[in-house]
Amino acid sequence: MNTSLLKKLAVATLLAGTLFTAPAALKVGDTAPDLAGFKLEGPLPSSFKGKVVILDFWASWCGPCAESFPVMDELQKKYQDQGLVIVAVSVDEKAAKMETFLKKNPVSFTVVRDAEHKLVATVEPPTMPTSFIIDREGKVRFLHSGFHGATTRKEYVEQIESLLKATP
Amino acid sequence: MKLRLLFTAGTAALLFTTGCANVKPWERGTLTDDTMRADRHPIETAQAQHIWFSREEATGGSGVGGGGCGCN
Repeated sequence: MNTSLLKKLAVATLLAGTLFTAPAALKVGDTAPDLAGFKLEGPLPSSFKGKVVILDFWASWCGPCAESFPVMDELQKKYQDQGLVIVAVSVDEKAAKMETFLKKNPVSFTVVRDAEHKLVATVEPPTMPTSFIIDREGKVRFLHSGFHGATTRKEYVEQIESLLKATP
Repeated sequence: MKLRLLFTAGTAALLFTTGCANVKPWERGTLTDDTMRADRHPIETAQAQHIWFSREEATGGSGVGGGGCGCN
């Protein structure tokens, strides 16, 4: 086997590697997708115009998600008057599992279910949970991959407060 | 030349048609189901451990819990 062939093989392997480990399709700086167009189960807020939005992807079988819910609930209550909206999108395949989870972890923010996995396939969150923080203009400004307790909470507070400062 | 082409095509085919399925992070509900755990019955686990310990000379190394969630 000659070296040029080996080089080609190496390139092919690297390319295959990048194909199989795709990062999140929705990135910081992108315009957030219009949630109304994805046939999500459950009512959405009437308008996101001028709001700071946390778009969170979660599942009932995900441990860190259960940890994140009380924190997001607290944030929703604290900042909703200033214009924060939290939308948690469940990727559960069975609605009943989501309901059981919500009974254990009751929250005041909007929870919808992406039953057909259309939205999640578009956004491609890298892990469960993943949350995107969207500014008043509808642009994704921060991405949280996973939930790491107090660290993530602190980042949420700082980022939300910085985005809420912008006038709608 | 022909052989080389065949070799390259064969390698490419191996690379792209492997049996590995890339399970997306949001599709791991079934993998994390309780029935997917090998150690979900404590008594059975203890007995299996005892057998390995006393008969097979192999013990330990099974204490790390790993779900299929892949979260965080």
